[in-house]
Amino acid sequence: MTGLRTALRRGFDRAERALDQLFGADWNPLAHLGTIGWFLFWTVAITGIYLFVFFDTGVTAAYSSVEWLSQDHWWHAGVARSVHRYASDLMVLVMFTHLIREFAMDRYRGTRWFSWVTGVPVIWFVYLSGITGYWLVWDKLAQYVAVTTTELLDTLGIFGEPIARNFLAPDMLSGRFFTLMVFLHIAIPLLLLLLMWIHIQRITDARTRPPRGLAIILLVALVAGALAFPAPLQGAADLATVPQRIGIDWLLLSLYPVIESVPSGVIWAGVLVFTILLVGLPWLPPKSEGGAAQVFLDFCNGCGRCVADCPYTAITLEPRSDDAPFQFEVAVNSARCVACGICMGSCPSSSPFRRSGDLITGIDLPDYPLAELRAKVIDAAEALTGGAGSGRVLTLACGHGAGQGAAPGRVELPCVAMAPPAIFDYIISRGLADGVCIAGCAERDCQNRFGVEWTRQRIARERDPYLRARVPRERLLTVWAGVTEEKRLGRDIAAFSQRLAALPAFENIRPIADEEKAAVQKTTSRSAAE
Amino acid sequence: MTGRWHHLAMGTLVSLLVVFAVAWLSERPAWQSLPEDVALIRLSFTQSGVRNCRARTEEELAALARNMRQKQICDRRRAPVYVELDLNGTTVLARDLPPTGLSGSGPSRIYQRFELPAGDYDIALRLRDDPAMTGFTNTAERQITLEPAENLAIDYDAEAGGFIFH
Ligand code: HEM
Ligand code: SF4
Ligand code: SF4
Repeated sequence: MTGLRTALRRGFDRAERALDQLFGADWNPLAHLGTIGWFLFWTVAITGIYLFVFFDTGVTAAYSSVEWLSQDHWWHAGVARSVHRYASDLMVLVMFTHLIREFAMDRYRGTRWFSWVTGVPVIWFVYLSGITGYWLVWDKLAQYVAVTTTELLDTLGIFGEPIARNFLAPDMLSGRFFTLMVFLHIAIPLLLLLLMWIHIQRITDARTRPPRGLAIILLVALVAGALAFPAPLQGAADLATVPQRIGIDWLLLSLYPVIESVPSGVIWAGVLVFTILLVGLPWLPPKSEGGAAQVFLDFCNGCGRCVADCPYTAITLEPRSDDAPFQFEVAVNSARCVACGICMGSCPSSSPFRRSGDLITGIDLPDYPLAELRAKVIDAAEALTGGAGSGRVLTLACGHGAGQGAAPGRVELPCVAMAPPAIFDYIISRGLADGVCIAGCAERDCQNRFGVEWTRQRIARERDPYLRARVPRERLLTVWAGVTEEKRLGRDIAAFSQRLAALPAFENIRPIADEEKAAVQKTTSRSAAE
Repeated sequence: MTGRWHHLAMGTLVSLLVVFAVAWLSERPAWQSLPEDVALIRLSFTQSGVRNCRARTEEELAALARNMRQKQICDRRRAPVYVELDLNGTTVLARDLPPTGLSGSGPSRIYQRFELPAGDYDIALRLRDDPAMTGFTNTAERQITLEPAENLAIDYDAEAGGFIFH
């Protein structure tokens, strides 16, 4: 499983790099599959409502109304119909790509199981919406779908009268059954919307709108596709004959040829097994995430920065429970925390400069506390070769980007936004290195959603905690690079190192005293032993 | 800004290709659900088998309240309905259709497809809803010509006189 994931992840990274060139990183469609899914849903909903104005919901007139709107009104209603169809089809494509990508990025397990599991019923509701939609056209394809579906449903034996009898002969066709389909084609998409809403409940400020440029691109492509290939009609349904050769929608109806080709038991078992496997995937095997973030009230003033920065709605502001003179404190919901450490990086108490007592901050990761980060930074600095001013680069690397894996002079983090800006200051002002490279994951889509954005804003002094103004910016390098870009990272660091070496010596260094270093390393060896 | 125009142009181009591919796949390649020269007969009906009844004895009747004194007592369970279908003299279906419902009190049902090469057929149907009887409750015989892609539905309605060809 791990091998498959890694291979997929690298594949996605390569494809996304190519799309970065074509769309720009911020419009990269592969980094926007969730938002595109939402955009397509609304596109389908709006065109659907428009089509309803022209559609006759009676079984006898349905086909002629679709024919009429496709021909006489091709330039608006016909286009709406084609866009309605192609956007639905795209939704299937986008949904499965999104599914595979979340799997590849290992964002489906651990506390993220919720998003994954709630995504599974979405799949079926997308299909059901499409199937009921094709039914309404009441052409040959609709007839084929109606008969095949009802024959399959009848194998369940839960309907008294076989419902396929509704389509036995022209004089047995029931308008009531058709009306039920019209109703379902409205009700199922509404339920789909509800499921999509549930799907993003554990995500802070879930992105449901693509960037405007990308939305325009998609809309233009859909309308152009609709004009170039108007959705066809396959002749009115006629129950006195059987459709023999039909043009099938291989995205929404690809199961139908399978339904015809294998026994119904295999279909039902297949659907069941597929669903159960998919729902169970987050536990096959489960992910061993670090422990959830912990709050230390003695160091928390209730400022709420961590609440604002947590990407997974895991932190909430609560009324103060101790006698400290603050209004609020925070609480972590461990069932939602993915241990990204972004909250630690956002806390004003996260200062590596502190010397007295143990290095504790307001909110910390039990399995990777700030004290350990500081100790690792000092260790990594010691591994750097060359003297002060020779261009020594200490790298703080995201474990999901090009900088993943151990290397000399490198400290790996679950997310670069876990590093409080004060630590950049600390590294440079204490002379641990001549410069700091912040090697995050690819900027188009951060593994932890907001890490890239927050890091950028903190450095630019647009978001708390600000990087102190005294830190020379030419001694900071940020590299956003995905897993297949190790070479570029290496090149960027080498060039950075050369630039650093050419800089005049940094004056304001206050080196760490040896006893301080020893104390730091002692606290870490203790926390490592625990 | 030239970068953004480039992205708009290239992005639209790529998206167009994807939409075209999707449009193509939404219709092609065609699926051959049935071979060209095949027709379909679907035999489907709902018919209740008889119930097994006997006359009540005098003592049994006396034990009942006056308004409940029905002469017959019947099982809840219905008898299966037996149906046969011959095509050109060959029996292609001969089946006991069990009653439906948990206690077997519901009607018997069938929905059966027969995919046949187009052509002429002698078709014979026989149905028996009471296993106790010899012979059949209803029979029907026809000569039919099935056109390719024709969908012939055969229903059964005892009140309308037996088998119905749609
Ligand atoms: C058309 C259907 C779908 C839509 C519109 C959709 C939409 C979204 C959106 C908007 C997000 C939040 C992304 C963000 O803001 O960072 C998301 C996350 C996610 N989706 Fe979906 N989704 C769909 C189907 C699915 C399916 C079928 C699965 C898998 C079974 C799935 C698995 C996930 C996972 C695991 C995440 C969490 C990512 C994270 O933890 O950062 N989604 N989806
Ligand atoms: S570690 Fe990440 S997910 Fe957990 S509370 Fe902190 S910011 Fe939220
Ligand atoms: S950022 Fe730190 S001080 Fe502010 S509320 Fe969170 S834990 Fe408390």
